[in-house]
Amino acid sequence: MDAQHLNLLYLIVAAAVATYVTRFGGYVLITQLKNIPPRLGSALNAVPAAVLTTLVAPAFVYGGMDVAAAMLVAFVIGLRFSTLRMLLVGWIAVMAIRHLIL
Amino acid sequence: MSRGDFREGLRGGFPIMLAASPFGALFGALAVDNGFSIADAVFMSATVYAGASQMVGIELFGSNVQPWLVVLSVFAVNFRHVLYSASLARHIRHFSFVQKLIAFFLLVDPQYAETEQRGQRGLPVTFAWYAGFGIVIYVPWIINTLIGAIFGQLIGDPKAIGLDVLLPVYFLGLVMSFRTRDRFLPIVAVSAVASVAGMHFVGSPWHVSIGALAGILLAACLPPKRPAVQVHAAEKEA
Repeated sequence: MDAQHLNLLYLIVAAAVATYVTRFGGYVLITQLKNIPPRLGSALNAVPAAVLTTLVAPAFVYGGMDVAAAMLVAFVIGLRFSTLRMLLVGWIAVMAIRHLIL
Repeated sequence: MSRGDFREGLRGGFPIMLAASPFGALFGALAVDNGFSIADAVFMSATVYAGASQMVGIELFGSNVQPWLVVLSVFAVNFRHVLYSASLARHIRHFSFVQKLIAFFLLVDPQYAETEQRGQRGLPVTFAWYAGFGIVIYVPWIINTLIGAIFGQLIGDPKAIGLDVLLPVYFLGLVMSFRTRDRFLPIVAVSAVASVAGMHFVGSPWHVSIGALAGILLAACLPPKRPAVQVHAAEKEA
């Protein structure tokens, strides 16, 4: 097993531990803490949207016209339908652009 | 352990398992595309067992982001589970210590939602029911990862069959699932601009931390609308 692969395994284990901490952390906290300060609460509430946006916006800007167009179509679908349909429609859109237009 | 409760759990989790299956296979295929071996992908599904954060993990790993940042991002995406386990406390108080350890491991979004509903309806939340519901989602999740990873290994160029668009669209869907939260639009706008600027001026791995920090700081600086952290029904992705 080479060093890079070993690092990946460590990374996965660390991610698993981090996840497990979130899954019992609330149980431990609720028995200790009465409430969370409002600003900390707002910051924590913002974490998922802020993190995930950093994975979406650059892909939209630098991913090429085909990816950007497919993401726009998927966005419209996502306003009404499930993530699974977004994926399906986004995938169909990018395939259509690549094979029919470009 | 009551067999009736266990079977009832299995039946309840079955439709969730069907809905999650394509995501399990998708994860397997994309993990292989991002440089994971089949065994790595299966290992991650079996140990982390949190779809969205697994996707984030392979995406960041593929772009050579520093390990601590990958783990932090996984933690951030899974942070909602803190709220789940906090709110679950009153329903699983009667579980033994070992049962609690198992219950926390299986605590994915639908598991939380279903347990919470069951508790509110006044139905007994037994460990047998909880385990049945969890196992029928957990085991197929691993098997579907394996199937997706094997299938992904067979694919030559992921771009030729449009695989590369699936992660950005998936993340877009995740972002949209938080759209009922306070200050959603300003946070997303600031994080989007900061991450693109970070990508442009600093370089690839750092755009994640720069963009995320910008959005979180904005949220902390704006006057809070409602006091406490809330669990939103919109967050139903596995």
